[in-house]
Amino acid sequence: MLHTEIAIIGGGPAGMCAAIAAAGQGARVTLFDRGKRLGGQLVKQTHRFFGSEKEYAGTRGVDIAKILYDQIEKNKLIDVKTDATVLAFYNDGVITYEEGKSYKRMTSEKTIIAAGAAEKMLLFSNNDLPGVYGAGAVQTLMNEHGIVPGNNVLMVGAGNIGLIVSYQLMQAGVKVKAIIDAAPKIGGFLVHASKVRRLGVPILTSHTIKEAVGKEFVEGAVICELDEKWQPIPGADKKLDVDIICLAVGLSPQSELLRHTGCDMKYVPSLGGYVPLRDENLQTTASGVYVAGDSAEVEEASSAMVEGTIAGLSAAEALGYGRNVSDLKDSFKKDLNTLRAGAVGEKIRSGLKILNC
Amino acid sequence: MFNKTGVATKSMVEQKLPSKQRREKGPYAIFECFQEIPCNPCSTACKSNAVKAFKNINDIPEINYDNCTGCGLCVSACPGLACFIIDETYSDKEVMLKMPYEFLPLPEVASTIDALDREGNAVGKAKVLKVQDNKNLDHTNVITISVPKEIFLDVRSIGLGRG
Repeated sequence: MLHTEIAIIGGGPAGMCAAIAAAGQGARVTLFDRGKRLGGQLVKQTHRFFGSEKEYAGTRGVDIAKILYDQIEKNKLIDVKTDATVLAFYNDGVITYEEGKSYKRMTSEKTIIAAGAAEKMLLFSNNDLPGVYGAGAVQTLMNEHGIVPGNNVLMVGAGNIGLIVSYQLMQAGVKVKAIIDAAPKIGGFLVHASKVRRLGVPILTSHTIKEAVGKEFVEGAVICELDEKWQPIPGADKKLDVDIICLAVGLSPQSELLRHTGCDMKYVPSLGGYVPLRDENLQTTASGVYVAGDSAEVEEASSAMVEGTIAGLSAAEALGYGRNVSDLKDSFKKDLNTLRAGAVGEKIRSGLKILNC
Repeated sequence: MFNKTGVATKSMVEQKLPSKQRREKGPYAIFECFQEIPCNPCSTACKSNAVKAFKNINDIPEINYDNCTGCGLCVSACPGLACFIIDETYSDKEVMLKMPYEFLPLPEVASTIDALDREGNAVGKAKVLKVQDNKNLDHTNVITISVPKEIFLDVRSIGLGRG
């Protein structure tokens, strides 16, 4: 059976930064990703990132993926396994995975789970019609494959993903008829909202989708206004002529592999769903198993990168690698707290308080 | 209200403007950034030391207008596309505006296009004075336009008549 010092599951922003940090201290790392290439959601992000220079603020997500990939490619201590889906994590520490078409096994001294998050679905009539997409799928089509999904879009969700994907759709020449959100206010950064508003896209808060219209594919959408108790206001239905309904209604941490490890989990809505308890080094209650990024809590890519770095440094340090690792770790912990210190970090801060960490 | 609409009101914008004396001196930057988010490229991009030092990365940026030259480096650096340059001294009847633009095709220099407000409504016409699309801008191109004085506080986008 193959053996590695640190297995990192997930090659998005958190996993890539974990690999760079751990290998930077001298540890041997195996980085798994089920995709054909590393980068996770970064490769679809064509907008400039927020954060500070340390998290590549001002650089587009897709370019950050390239910067991280170049560092990984150069580092001989990092073994990259793409097209490799981790299937299970057994009690005796065996990780099984499917690489290409073969089933393989590996053991590791330490494991970092950075498996990301999955998009949430929304219940409404005909939501299985072709033309109802998750925002991630729209981004994959447009930004990875250069295919526009349709001509007229209803975006459901005014969080950062809904706002950013609306903007990207418009850049691709697609008309966004409206962005709706059931909440009474816009959830995403208001600079993103202002960006799409000045292009003439209405944002309708306190609105939800009732129905997708069409037989073979989406030909329209029925939306309605909600009162203060989030109940539909009778007679306030509106029909929009759209051929795409794009759902950006939140993410849930991918917790399946974490459950395999037997670590303690807790349901914390403000963190996105079931998340593992963890200490300040991001180690879960399963010894030697760390977590980073959206699997730990649904947040921005900038904090996922910092978490990945902290987890990578911690795992390497636990194996006896590195000098002054704790100073380095402290500086990243400080960065992470700073990113979360403002008003928009309140949700994460309150969620972490519930987790007692 | 702003957190429902995403459209800054006139009084919100006026609060961001520098003093009357400074406005009469020449070009200046305005940051239409009203929400604390973890972001600081405006301060790292500024070469004139005109963005006051951040105590916390979530701070809302403040401009020291004695130092701001209206150079426009912040316009393409801001990930939120919230930085604009205003020159009220451009001419008697017109004000010059620099704004970020991430769409193709780019407008043509010397053409007349729609001037759009914060809700995307055409509120007048703009003359295109300059189009910057060099590599350093990394696809956040900078468009310089002139608009009638009466509407310069409203115009924050352009339309090329593509609907």
